[in-house]
Amino acid sequence: MDKLPIRTGDDVVRVRQQVRVVAAKTGLSLVDQTKVVTAASELARNALVHGGGGLARVEVVTSALGKSGVRIGFTDEGPGIADVDLALTDGWSSGVGLGLGLSGARRLVDEFELTSKPGSGTSVVVVKWSR
Amino acid sequence: MDRVPILKIGTTLFVSIQIDLQDESVVRLQEDLADELAATGARGVIIDITAVEIVDSFIGRMLAMIGSISRLFDAETVLVGMRPAVAITLTELGLSLRGVRTALNAEKGLELLNGRA
Amino acid sequence: MDVDSSQQRMAAYMRDHQDKVVGRWSEIVVAGLRGRSSVAEVRRELEDLYSLVVRAMSGADEQVAGELTAVLTELSGSRARNGFTPRETALGVFALKDAVFELVADVADLAPEYLAFSRMIDDLGLLTFETYAAAREQIIADQATAMLELSTPVIRLWDGVIAVPLVGALDSARTQLVMEKLLETLVATGADHAVLDITGVSTVDTEVAQHLLKTVSAARLLGAECIVSGIRPQVAQTIVSLGIEFGDIATKATLADALAHVLNRRGQRIGQQRPGQQRTEPQKPGPA
Repeated sequence: MDKLPIRTGDDVVRVRQQVRVVAAKTGLSLVDQTKVVTAASELARNALVHGGGGLARVEVVTSALGKSGVRIGFTDEGPGIADVDLALTDGWSSGVGLGLGLSGARRLVDEFELTSKPGSGTSVVVVKWSR
Repeated sequence: MDRVPILKIGTTLFVSIQIDLQDESVVRLQEDLADELAATGARGVIIDITAVEIVDSFIGRMLAMIGSISRLFDAETVLVGMRPAVAITLTELGLSLRGVRTALNAEKGLELLNGRA
Repeated sequence: MDVDSSQQRMAAYMRDHQDKVVGRWSEIVVAGLRGRSSVAEVRRELEDLYSLVVRAMSGADEQVAGELTAVLTELSGSRARNGFTPRETALGVFALKDAVFELVADVADLAPEYLAFSRMIDDLGLLTFETYAAAREQIIADQATAMLELSTPVIRLWDGVIAVPLVGALDSARTQLVMEKLLETLVATGADHAVLDITGVSTVDTEVAQHLLKTVSAARLLGAECIVSGIRPQVAQTIVSLGIEFGDIATKATLADALAHVLNRRGQRIGQQRPGQQRTEPQKPGPA
């Protein structure tokens, strides 16, 4: 598992690049690689901009049937999301009028799990499987 | 932070994004373009993203904003060379970039710009 | 897997009589497979499984659960791919109960332990069934993908114009494939117009319309304009009654109408040639 800190804009780029490397290793198609790296970019930026910085964990996973995929977990110690359902609705925005990009990122991956409580940060885990 | 160079040929500004840009650089590009448009009175902007592998919602919105900013200077922007995988991903994200014109490559982009003369 | 000392006695008993029990187990399984496998082949597969089951019952190590799952998954996956039925596959696991029962039937004080053992085998049998089902689903999914590839052609219709005849159901899987092929063809041919023909699309509802709009949106990002053709009268009525808006996307009844529309936009005309006359040059494309 690769652990990448998210403290600066350059870190977001590093997360993209690392996810790209791992995704290519798992045999994802080019379009699927692009989707998962883009989702990772959204979530890494969220952790930085809304979460005050955090951590990304990237690893290869294997399903019960032997299919491989890439799993990425994002955690931050930020203010957390008060209304998770609202955040996941299309078109919701916070802060300076730019959406959290959560609903978009969710559409790009196969599995999406978000846990957040005001005051205890946010955790998002996504998985993209190869076909 | 990497600064994207802006090339001026005739009345057109050319920008070719070659590397994986971080957010600050894209914002800087926006500012630099606005400065160039104001200083040169260029009528067209071509942004070549042939080498760009990832365009997420932030970068997508920045590109759309560049289109709007150019229009304020009475210039037209054409985004060229978007990769199929990037286009499919942007569509899935719900971004249509309607504010910017698009073309397959810089040559076709120029044809578009000249067509409106 | 919760194991107490009583299972360990059973495990020891089974270990001591491994040869006999595995032999009997293999016989029962082969009888159920109706001649499609030999005793020797089956025995090879079951020997490994038997040792793992005994290890699990001895409660010695934690890894055995994972190994058992892996071996069973491999076994049932292989059965699935080779056309055995799910019943045949699961019965192969349950048959161990018969073989072991024959062994311990006369040993009275092992009877309660047999129950615990039997439950464990039931669990493994169910696992086999699940993995079998999953393996079959994967085979079907792979075949569906192959069929999808074959039924999504992208045609060069004219200079700068490509056509995508869509046939059957337009679900999200097909839409993904259509988008990929359409965009790749746009890049390869340098086309700036695409006609999406939906004559062969069985149902056009809000979901299908959304898929079409997504495809048009993606093509636009590569500088191409799309036209939807093949609007049948009933389809037109459905679209309107569902309140689907195609916005600024042009729609036509036939592929021919769409082609004429595109050529017009590109400033090209096809003229009639009388024998002996010079061919008229196509006009230069004007402003789009």
